Amino acid sequence: MPEHVLRVGALYPELMNIYADRGNLLLLQKRCQWRGIGFELASVTLTEDLDPDAHDLLYLGGGQDRDQKLCAQDLATAKRASVQAAVERGVVMFGVCGGLQLLGEFYELDGEKLPGLGLVDLRTTRERGPRLIGNVAIDVDLDGQSRVLAGFENHGGRTVLGAGAQPLGRVLRGHGNNGRDGSEGVIGGPRENIVGTYLHGPLLPKNAWFADWLIARALGVSETELAPLDDTFERAAHASARRAAGV
Amino acid sequence: MIPFAAKLSAARAAGSLARLTGRGGTTLPGKLLLRLDSRAIERLSRNLPEGNVVVSATNGKTTTAAMISSILGREGKRLVHNRAGANMAGGIASTLAGASGWDGRRLDGTFGLFEVDEFWLGSVAEQLQPRALLLSNLFRDQLDRYGELETIAARWAAVAAEKPEHRPLILNADDPLVADLGRNRPRVTYFGVDDDSLAYSELQHASDSKHCRRCGTAYAYDAAYLAHLGHYHCPNCGARRPQPTVVARNVELRGIRSAAFDLHAAGGSVRVELPLPGLYNVYNALGAAALALELGATLNSVAAGLAAVKPAFGRAETVVMGSRDASLLLVKNPAGANEVLRTLALEAQELDLLGVLNDGIADGRDVSWVWDADWELLQGKVRRVTCAGTRAPELALRLKYAGVDPARLRVVEPLDEALDAALSDGTGSLYVLPTYTALIELKRLLSERGVSQEYWR
Repeated sequence: MPEHVLRVGALYPELMNIYADRGNLLLLQKRCQWRGIGFELASVTLTEDLDPDAHDLLYLGGGQDRDQKLCAQDLATAKRASVQAAVERGVVMFGVCGGLQLLGEFYELDGEKLPGLGLVDLRTTRERGPRLIGNVAIDVDLDGQSRVLAGFENHGGRTVLGAGAQPLGRVLRGHGNNGRDGSEGVIGGPRENIVGTYLHGPLLPKNAWFADWLIARALGVSETELAPLDDTFERAAHASARRAAGV
Repeated sequence: MIPFAAKLSAARAAGSLARLTGRGGTTLPGKLLLRLDSRAIERLSRNLPEGNVVVSATNGKTTTAAMISSILGREGKRLVHNRAGANMAGGIASTLAGASGWDGRRLDGTFGLFEVDEFWLGSVAEQLQPRALLLSNLFRDQLDRYGELETIAARWAAVAAEKPEHRPLILNADDPLVADLGRNRPRVTYFGVDDDSLAYSELQHASDSKHCRRCGTAYAYDAAYLAHLGHYHCPNCGARRPQPTVVARNVELRGIRSAAFDLHAAGGSVRVELPLPGLYNVYNALGAAALALELGATLNSVAAGLAAVKPAFGRAETVVMGSRDASLLLVKNPAGANEVLRTLALEAQELDLLGVLNDGIADGRDVSWVWDADWELLQGKVRRVTCAGTRAPELALRLKYAGVDPARLRVVEPLDEALDAALSDGTGSLYVLPTYTALIELKRLLSERGVSQEYWR
């Protein structure tokens, strides 16, 4: 598919990168390049305008509290309308950890309410009690196939989905959104193009199939149209992450 | 009430038993002793007639303390030192208990030198009451165990603020997070590097602490040396790197073997020949020098002590294994790994590597850090990489995505098999890059094979 180019916009990559989010971007990049799909990566950071037509996939990772506050304010003021317009067009918005939290209505911590993008019906609160930390595996049902995502979670915020929101998966092992209701992450948008999860570690190296799912969704093709790759090491890393989670 | 001497002797007996049964014993007696008496570190350390000093950092604690020990030993100090690197409360209590007479009153040494885990610094320093404190660096490390860097920085700030008139602080001027601990405080000595030939034009990927501690604006770097260490200033409020008085200039990095630099301090300058590689060890040496000078050592004994330092176990230590020599290079977080990789990349020949990635509690259960480290530095530099450990496939995958030809990669999870496979394939040097628990496991394997010194006493 040489005519395809995946244009990725990384939001605040110098701030929201705490759990090696670079690994997620690297998977997208290499797996496109190995297939002859063009790949362009642009950074969009504080105070910069976001062009809703310039990207096929927007990536938002996690950051320290201080940095997340800066980004939340900037998203809500400078970029909210552009992100909403992009998502309406079908651009994939993929948020991990802090990125998941900012997809929703708000994130309440230290008595302060950080505004979210309001793309999906979820709310996050930093509650008293321990951070939710550990290996995690979830069962994900996408395009009629049940598959496993494995990774690591480490979050103080508890996320609760509203009635209008679908979780990305069900927790097999680990805590998930809030440690209580078995839900993990979120998926929504006009064509299931808004995806958020607490799974990092990073997520895509441990689940190369999901990198391909995101690439296909962002390019508007089906997964089966992507050329197969030799995924021997990818499968071994996935198995190793599942073993670590006990699945 | 049980007398302290009885508690001490019970704890020591437990330690001997653990060693006899081959279960280490580095921290067990200390942990037991602290359970019997939570103030044991204070009780024992106050019997050190010359007091003690404390060293903390994310990276380089063990090596820096070894350097200080080499310098102070030359100055005739009799040290009580946790040289095996057991640096949480239990390890420090064990070291003190091991050096004590039966009643805990007389110690086998007059001066304490303790490396302390960055997370434990506050509670341990509160008992040790060190006469000087060396704080070297804070990097992203084991987020699942330590939490965010800012949390550690806040804890350190509380410790640094204590006894400003009486406790000299030795701080790295080049680490903005650390240097800021000396703001408005008397008795601070700063150390740093001044050598433009080493500088990157921009910050490395895994850099932390990029925002001004005072106003939150992103720092501007005139020179970035190692992760976020360098010459920085805040374009908004004007805060800038403090001028260090202990400085390295004309730094020469000689691959994996050694380094040299001109050490400038108040008393003049001296060329230091360091038998350890990499800019990270130059930073360790600067911190050690600044602390030793603060304690009254001469520049000449600083240079002699640094020239004589032996690598700490697994920190650029080389052991002979049959027809090959194996260099052990601990990697445990992105900043430390990057310095090891940067140093390896200086070698001229294609490298044979054995990478060991474990996800034990002491390593951090979260292995995401391997994706933050710049393995891309090894592109075109490796002949063969064997990946071992509990998360071996993830390391192999990281190297594949860093541009290492998959045909040169193999996964052999059990460490003993991986070691044999790596040794039997090739000649010359093998570079072993283990995480912390992998290093301990390797140490046990090596001593079973009769090749290692006994560091873990």
